[in-house]
Amino acid sequence: MAAVTQELGLDAARTRRVADSAFEIRMGVLEQGEAQGEGYVGQALGIADVLAAVYCDKLRHRPEDPDWDGRDRFLLSIGHYALASYAALAAAGVIPRAELQTYAADGSRLPMSGMKTYTPGMEISGGSLGHGLGQAVGMALGLRLQGRADQLVYNLLSDGELNEGSTWEAAMSAAHWNLGNLVALVDLNGLQADGRTDDILRMDAQEDRWSSFGWHVQRIDGNDLEAVLTALDVATDQAVAHGRPHVILCDTVLAKGVPILEAKDKLHFLRVAAEEWPTAKEQLTAGYEENSR
Amino acid sequence: MTTTSPVKRSAAMIASIADPGVPTTPAPFGHALADLAARDDRIVGLTADLSKYTDMHVFAAAHPDRYFEMGMAEQLMVGAAAGMAAVGLIPFATTYSVFATRRAYDFLCLDAAEPGLNVNVVAALPGLTTGYGPSHQATEDVAILRGMPDLTIFDPADAVDVEAIVPAAAALDGPTYTRLLRGQVPRILDRYDYTFEVGKAKVVRPGDDVVIVSSGLMTMRALLAAEKLSEEHGVETSVVHCATLKPFDEETVVAQLDTDRLALTAENHTVVGGLFEAVAGALVKRGVGKRVHPIGLPDAFLDAGALPTLHEKYGLSTDAVVARVLNGLRRPHSYS
Ligand SMILES: Cc1ncc(C[n+]2csc(CCOP(=O)(O)OP(=O)(O)O)c2C)c(N)n1
Ligand SMILES: [Mg+2]
Repeated sequence: MAAVTQELGLDAARTRRVADSAFEIRMGVLEQGEAQGEGYVGQALGIADVLAAVYCDKLRHRPEDPDWDGRDRFLLSIGHYALASYAALAAAGVIPRAELQTYAADGSRLPMSGMKTYTPGMEISGGSLGHGLGQAVGMALGLRLQGRADQLVYNLLSDGELNEGSTWEAAMSAAHWNLGNLVALVDLNGLQADGRTDDILRMDAQEDRWSSFGWHVQRIDGNDLEAVLTALDVATDQAVAHGRPHVILCDTVLAKGVPILEAKDKLHFLRVAAEEWPTAKEQLTAGYEENSR
Repeated sequence: MTTTSPVKRSAAMIASIADPGVPTTPAPFGHALADLAARDDRIVGLTADLSKYTDMHVFAAAHPDRYFEMGMAEQLMVGAAAGMAAVGLIPFATTYSVFATRRAYDFLCLDAAEPGLNVNVVAALPGLTTGYGPSHQATEDVAILRGMPDLTIFDPADAVDVEAIVPAAAALDGPTYTRLLRGQVPRILDRYDYTFEVGKAKVVRPGDDVVIVSSGLMTMRALLAAEKLSEEHGVETSVVHCATLKPFDEETVVAQLDTDRLALTAENHTVVGGLFEAVAGALVKRGVGKRVHPIGLPDAFLDAGALPTLHEKYGLSTDAVVARVLNGLRRPHSYS
């Protein structure tokens, strides 16, 4: 890992730090899944590297003051990925780590589907898919109008959200308005509710689709931390008040980092038996230690 | 923020609405549609990436050539269903109630209802039937749709209703919207002398002391409450079930309410724009001044959490219905 890091011009300590955060996020995801007995664990493990890079490295925010007006915005339009965001918010110090135990419980600040009104650090109420990018367009336009285009707007979308017309309306709009202060991240995990994305609505040529709409496109292995950090660096280095919006297409592996879960049938709602959680945690830790050597 | 007590699990997506002791039937909609399609080759099924979650998978397995996975694109699905109906097919299209109503409204209205096409939208998670929070709780789906001309709205109480509504919707010429109960669906109406009829409210259970006008799963709760009230309190409750919310059977409902029994409505929906207001309008139009106690959801975005907890909190549980009736009998002139 160190050699590659050097080649990419990344600081090894930085990559190490984000890798630690990614591990912490994955562990937080498993803890929430175990506490609740269910949850969208596969997606959350798959996107952990991207969220670690965003929350624990790139995002300009103040963990102790999540409403700070000078912050970048990170919009989670896929509400069902909430447990990944909660683990990232915990890793970034926005919410106490112990609170993850209350995931989806009655009265919790961490509902199963992510909502602005419940959780510090959540920017929008997700759950109905295809709403994120439109709101991101509005925030990017609004911040620019106020002379604050240096505050970036990020939106994490899923490949399922690429089915919705509203996503493409917003994609067209972002390019039309030259929102160079907008960064979209798309989780291409190849899965949606009824099955494999390609069987449901063909998803080929994503790079061409976005670039023909006028976006600056990068496609990466979303589970390769160095690639994630580099792509984010490229996007933020090129971020300008008026320019092409940025999209980073992230190929991810469902349940990444936990072999017993990776081996399960690729289901939107992974079923995990109670006795599998401890094994999952052991495997996650073992894999992490292996990689840290 | 940490809790020491065991975490109460929400089972947000798989929550069952069956009360203890009530038998259930698996996926009655999927089976009824597959059976109907075996007899009528105009039947087609569409879904917007929710086949498995709306019982459409049963139809898909039985008639793969007539099944269309449209992707998570609800507006497209409803528009395409209208297109299919326009060339002579009878489409049944499924998604969740929130997406059918909040997102695809314009498409249902102009593509299907105005031309009077036989488009049947079958929508799971109506009202409060998931603990997943406001994005999935269709607390106002009926309110959204009641103003759409020519649309027929069904609110089945159980599997018996669902099985009857499928062929009835196909036989109706215009568009329909059904508030689907999915998965393990309670079966209770076959205990009574009841048959589903389009556009008719039915007195499922007679009773001299109290009358509850209800629809959807609240008819099941009203019936269970009526049994409890009779056994434990000697109170006899009539239940008038409105499986069709639009057109609304004003004659039957007003006749049942225009007595000196304690009167309530019970709906799995906000008290704004649903059954209660349909009843109120029918009474006022006829000059019937009658206090009616509404059981329904508050005009608010509801909590996320475990469904049984939420039904208790918002007054839709069987016990909550019993309590409202007893309270009404004690204080008939109070209102809430
Ligand atoms: C507008 C809308 N339609 C339908 C749904 C129901 N739904 C929830 S997740 C999901 C699958 C979406 O695809 P994706 O986010 O890629 O799924 P995943 O990778 O998590 O399996 C669907 C259809 C929804 N939440 N919002
Ligand atoms: Mg996906």
